[in-house]
Amino acid sequence: MTAKILTLPEAVKTFIKDGSHIAIGGFVCTRNPMAITCEIIRQRKKDLHLYVHSHGQALDLLIGAGCVKRVELAYAGMGRFASTCIRFRKAVQNGEIEWEDYTNYEMTLRFFAGSLGIPFMPTKTSLGSDILNKEGFKPGTRKERKVASKKLTVIDNPFSDTGDRVVLVPAINADIALIHAQYAGEEGTVRIEGLTLTDVEIAKCADKLIVTCEEIVPESYLRQNPDLNCLPSFLVDAVVAAPYGAHPTSCFNFYDYDAKHLNMYRDTAENDENFAKYLDEWVYGISSHAKYLEKVGIERLLEIKANPAFGFKPGLERG
Amino acid sequence: MTKKPDYNQREIMAITAGRMVENGDVIFCGTGLAQIAATVAKKMYAPDSIIFFETGGIDTELPEMPLSVSDLRVMYRTGMNAGLLESFSILSNKKVHSKAFLGAAQIDRFGNLNTTCIGDYLHPAIRFPGSGGACDAACLAAEVIIFMEHEKKRFVDKLDYLTSPGWLSGAKAREKAGLQRGGPSAVVTNLGVMKFDEKTKKMYLFQYHPGVSPEQIKENTSFEIDISRATESKPVTKAELKILREEVDPQGLII
Repeated sequence: MTAKILTLPEAVKTFIKDGSHIAIGGFVCTRNPMAITCEIIRQRKKDLHLYVHSHGQALDLLIGAGCVKRVELAYAGMGRFASTCIRFRKAVQNGEIEWEDYTNYEMTLRFFAGSLGIPFMPTKTSLGSDILNKEGFKPGTRKERKVASKKLTVIDNPFSDTGDRVVLVPAINADIALIHAQYAGEEGTVRIEGLTLTDVEIAKCADKLIVTCEEIVPESYLRQNPDLNCLPSFLVDAVVAAPYGAHPTSCFNFYDYDAKHLNMYRDTAENDENFAKYLDEWVYGISSHAKYLEKVGIERLLEIKANPAFGFKPGLERG
Repeated sequence: MTKKPDYNQREIMAITAGRMVENGDVIFCGTGLAQIAATVAKKMYAPDSIIFFETGGIDTELPEMPLSVSDLRVMYRTGMNAGLLESFSILSNKKVHSKAFLGAAQIDRFGNLNTTCIGDYLHPAIRFPGSGGACDAACLAAEVIIFMEHEKKRFVDKLDYLTSPGWLSGAKAREKAGLQRGGPSAVVTNLGVMKFDEKTKKMYLFQYHPGVSPEQIKENTSFEIDISRATESKPVTKAELKILREEVDPQGLII
């Protein structure tokens, strides 16, 4: 055991405060760090400021539980399971949170800029769109800690005299980054299998990085195939073992998404009362991640377990 | 009385869009119908086209239908598994004829799209997911093909929010905005195919599907649309339907 290895409650208690700015890894219905998301809700953190590109379940649950004050995002949806994240949609329509819309590419560049320690990145995306023309944050919000002074800006390409326009997107410098990986070493080296998405840039844009993982393994094991590793140990502040820690989203080579749970969630989230019951049943009323998995049940966990020949579960019932 | 076609509206949309893919195209694939159309294309018309996802799944085999762009099925036996930065460098790469399939809640006469909200942006009556990578594809891809359900409330005079640029306000507008290439080439709907006038960049009716009249399309479009150049589209064949149903989406998840 090393000092970096923490339990879920310890990691949240140590690093996440009310009002923290949190960048979250994963994408729509894959590798959302759900186990730590549930722990954040259980510890009733509030006024969080979130950064995501295209996100789904973790974002929706945090918003639904009332933990979120603001979100900077490109997309909130769960693909065929919910074309728009339901609690996000309701919170926006009811004016319960502040939001700022970007594109996936812009959010990726913003995380990348943060990881490089530079103030902004240039891009050609969003020219001519309302993403460029309309701001979501209140003027006062722009003066808050870590919030960029404006959403984006357009300049003329300084390397050309033809009046070529370029968009500048501000860097994200979050307090905390949360990612869920397949493997982490005892000292923190990270290995992600399947698509890395923007997790590497997200991981490096924050002051502190918490990695939850399917398996904690000896560093010597990860050093046998260093080509497969994507973050060195010294960048990682906490490592948390969370097997099935992305459930009900998927984790390549380990398990598929839990389509039945996601369909049940969609039907539940539509109704405020039912959603409150969902939170009681699946988050507040559960004392540990092991108890959560017990509630999901061995039958379901076996049903979604990935076939190693595919990395997912072929023939999974997904209707 | 016309005979009721033996295919549904989503099937004719997927097949029509699939026919528009050529060998050598590098397809930026969204969710739903886009995935079906891209797979249809690869199996039937353009085996040498490439499918990639913004999430980083590049040159994918798609052994089963993915339900989102980050589905594990887009990561299986790809040419390369990467991340978003790599994918956007392919989308906007000058060497590549990237062709994006996009859908939307609203479209205007210049092919601009809204996937953000209905009503005022700060006080929306209905909120949608947002851009995701749609605005990126609309700005940076070499070409865009749009899917829409053909309804008056979707084919609107003015978008509530312009998420993804089409031809913006018409001729030369993309260039003026600073965009270097791209723009929508076609809109595929359950009623027909629209294209954009070369000079004005205004949408016109190119083809109407068998059993649909040009007037019907006019009635289902809020803005004025030129129907004078329209012809009937090629009927869907039994062979196309067989591949679509048995090989592309045998679980019937999207069709």
